[in-house]
Amino acid sequence: MGKRFDIRAQPGFATIAMFTFFLLYLPIVTLVAYAFNAGDSIAVWEGVSLRWFVSAANNDIVQQAALRSLIIAAFAATISTTAATMAALATTRTRPYRGLTFKYAFINQPLMVPEIVTAVALLIVFSRIKVWTGYSGLGYLIAAHTAFCIPFAYLPIRARLEGMDLTLERAAADLYATPWMTFRRITLPILRPGIVAGFMLAFVISLDDVVITEFVKSGGQDTLPTYMLGQLRRIVTPEINAIATVFLMLSVAIVTAFFFLNRKKA
Amino acid sequence: MASAQESARIAERRDIRNRWLLSAPALIIILLAAIGPLFIMLAYSFMAKGDYGDVKFGQFSLDGWFSVFFQRDIFDDTISLADAHLTIFWRSVRLSLATTVVTLVLGFPTAYFIATRPQNKREIWLFLITIPFWTNLLIRTFAMQEVIRNEGILNTVLLTLGVIRSPIQILYTDTAIMFGMVYVYLPLMVLPLYAAMEKLDFRLVEAGYDLYAGRLQVLRRIIIPLVKPGIIAGSILVFIPSLGAYVTPRVLGGGKNLMLGNLIELQFGQGRNWPLGAAISITLMVVVMTALLIYVRSAARTGADNNG
Repeated sequence: MGKRFDIRAQPGFATIAMFTFFLLYLPIVTLVAYAFNAGDSIAVWEGVSLRWFVSAANNDIVQQAALRSLIIAAFAATISTTAATMAALATTRTRPYRGLTFKYAFINQPLMVPEIVTAVALLIVFSRIKVWTGYSGLGYLIAAHTAFCIPFAYLPIRARLEGMDLTLERAAADLYATPWMTFRRITLPILRPGIVAGFMLAFVISLDDVVITEFVKSGGQDTLPTYMLGQLRRIVTPEINAIATVFLMLSVAIVTAFFFLNRKKA
Repeated sequence: MASAQESARIAERRDIRNRWLLSAPALIIILLAAIGPLFIMLAYSFMAKGDYGDVKFGQFSLDGWFSVFFQRDIFDDTISLADAHLTIFWRSVRLSLATTVVTLVLGFPTAYFIATRPQNKREIWLFLITIPFWTNLLIRTFAMQEVIRNEGILNTVLLTLGVIRSPIQILYTDTAIMFGMVYVYLPLMVLPLYAAMEKLDFRLVEAGYDLYAGRLQVLRRIIIPLVKPGIIAGSILVFIPSLGAYVTPRVLGGGKNLMLGNLIELQFGQGRNWPLGAAISITLMVVVMTALLIYVRSAARTGADNNG
């Protein structure tokens, strides 16, 4: 045999893999490319221009929707990360106790139910509460987002905690540190990368949500994704591509940061 | 001695109580804004429908559940199967299965390719899989819409190559929905497959070749059986969100080709039949939970097999 026989190779697999990567990126690249189209169409190319970015940035509705998305994501990520950190501290580094499995199942529940099901269930409950209380602000969206962000924030924090032993905390306690001081000076600094990762995941998940937001929002409470969903029914101009491109960049930036954060740890 | 034991027990009990207090906020939020509403929805499914949406509170009725599969003729009260619903159920199952098969056919070689790269390159390839996964699902669906529309890239390329004479209408068909779901859920297939293949012991493959197995035989008799847990995990992870898909069929199906998610929405919108919507939702949830349970059971069993 002239060439060395590679036991790992399978004929055609590399080709299919390249085809898959091509498939994964072709639509995204097309979408981004047409955001820079000078013409009014998302099908005919008429030269490079930034006009759609300018028009999106000057669109009041888009501005408000973007701001609303960020506010909801900031609240939901902060609350869910705090709750998830506490829950992670309560469910790791211990002998199994009664109710531990129950807690795992409970915390991961939002991951297991189809989003559309949770969405209509929330619609049923919140629409009635809206009638009873007369309040129809962003609180409902923040509550709903917080709930489904908790399992995402919980995962990296729990993973980080499981790799930490109790030696340092015991040493601090031996040196008469109060439990709170031990937590602030020992546990929290070591846990921080996990918390940051959890926060970023929760933020992206909240920012991306379409289905639950679509059903829970009151009139005039569009977030960026639900605004885009509404626009897709009409005649689409490259403005949608421009908005999507900015959104895409934001997600990619956060995920890239997450990737490097996790890599440094390993 | 007895008192030392006693105080240890008290300390442990206090520790457990503190752990419950610590986890309380997360549990309460999920109870109020996720699990609780599901139970209320279950109750709603057994109530009579209101005239303008909502329900007649406290009025028990099985009509919601009845109409999931059956319909009553408005004139002569004869009962027949609800064809419209069955069509949608069947479409959801068929498209989800097709999506699972296509993602497996594309995902298996891709995961294998990544798993056989040098160690330091694998992370980059994996990262390329995760990037589309973390970008907004709606944006990815929209991107797919642009590719398959009549004036889109796909038709333009096919026309230029002379494969077709006039653009093929893909958008707003079942095929479009399947393309969209394959596109958005593909990473969910590749990632668990990769996790299984990374651990693949290539000495077994080598042994296969030493015993005069061909490439195909090695694939079929050694590689596929060893990564079976990954195949099952990936298939379930793709099948479940496909079955409950809402955004993709709404955007790519054009409002005609409904899947279960859209049928549920319809009952809470124009249909004004909340009990029926609730009943379909619970049916969908039970199917998904059952699939997950089967998966967890089989994962636990293969785990035990590997250890034993």
